Amino acid sequence: MGLLDRLDDPYEGGGIILGKVEDLLNWGRSKSDWYLHFGLACCAIEFMAMNASHFDFMRFGTIPRTSPRQADFIMVTGTVTFKMADRIKILYEQMAEPKYVISVGSCSNCGGPYWEHGYHVLKGVDRIIPVDVYIPGCPPRPEAFEEGMMLLQKKISHQAIFNKRKRLESEV
Amino acid sequence: MLPNEIYDTLKTEFGDAVIEYNDQQPTDSFILIGADNLFDICHTLRDKDAFLFDYLMCLTAMDLGENVGVVYHLYSMTHKHRLVLKVTAPKTDPKIPSVEMIWRTADWHEREAFDLIGVNFEGHRNLIRILCPYDWEGHALRKDYVAPEYYHNMKVSY
Repeated sequence: MGLLDRLDDPYEGGGIILGKVEDLLNWGRSKSDWYLHFGLACCAIEFMAMNASHFDFMRFGTIPRTSPRQADFIMVTGTVTFKMADRIKILYEQMAEPKYVISVGSCSNCGGPYWEHGYHVLKGVDRIIPVDVYIPGCPPRPEAFEEGMMLLQKKISHQAIFNKRKRLESEV
Repeated sequence: MLPNEIYDTLKTEFGDAVIEYNDQQPTDSFILIGADNLFDICHTLRDKDAFLFDYLMCLTAMDLGENVGVVYHLYSMTHKHRLVLKVTAPKTDPKIPSVEMIWRTADWHEREAFDLIGVNFEGHRNLIRILCPYDWEGHALRKDYVAPEYYHNMKVSY
């Protein structure tokens, strides 16, 4: 899918790998995503298990950051209330491009159990910020977090550097 | 002391301000008191040697239809006895004296009751919303509450 596949090719004697700059940069970007964690409800408890040694989220190259200015993506795990929605929007706007959003769990995907009578819950975080990957579940299992993280890495590694919305031809 | 003994003692001291004693419920027996003398009665309950209710376990509010009600669960660390007080006020003008000066626990509990039910605690020194945003309109746990259509340009309904 990218640069690493070409390591299998026999470049004998030269020690040279031919490839595109975008592949190299995307390889680096997708394997070192730092994230701003928004733990809002029980999904954040599941995310603690994901961060602990059994599932080891950091093997994806992710590092939790406390500042939006250092983060590559924002992880919204839990119920987004209207009071918190204003804050999420501000923090998302403070992040530097390119920036991504993972929405975890039914609550931040679509309102979850609060969809009908929840006067205080935003019915999906995608109503205020653009979401790249949705992870379903209530709460999702750690395996679902892994799947979501791999989807985000796949998405990043197929993007043109200077145009986030344009996809490279190499995408399957 | 048992709740009925506390009721008798309060009745002799405060007369008609103590309205009734109810032990017919499957829950804890409670004393219904008038809102006007609530502060004095609570002060007596905390400081009189026979009572010494130094711990307000819980303060909560209810929507009773015509009225709003506030419930106080008290406990005495010294005498190991407990008591339930109830107060009601009309929904059109729900004024109830604050006990925030007596038990500091009541500070946040009364703010929550004000936020969600709309009980106006008179004498509270900082009666502002605690859960909903400060610019929220209405009191959300009232039975006749209708959620707004939009909040800060975000649609509320699904």
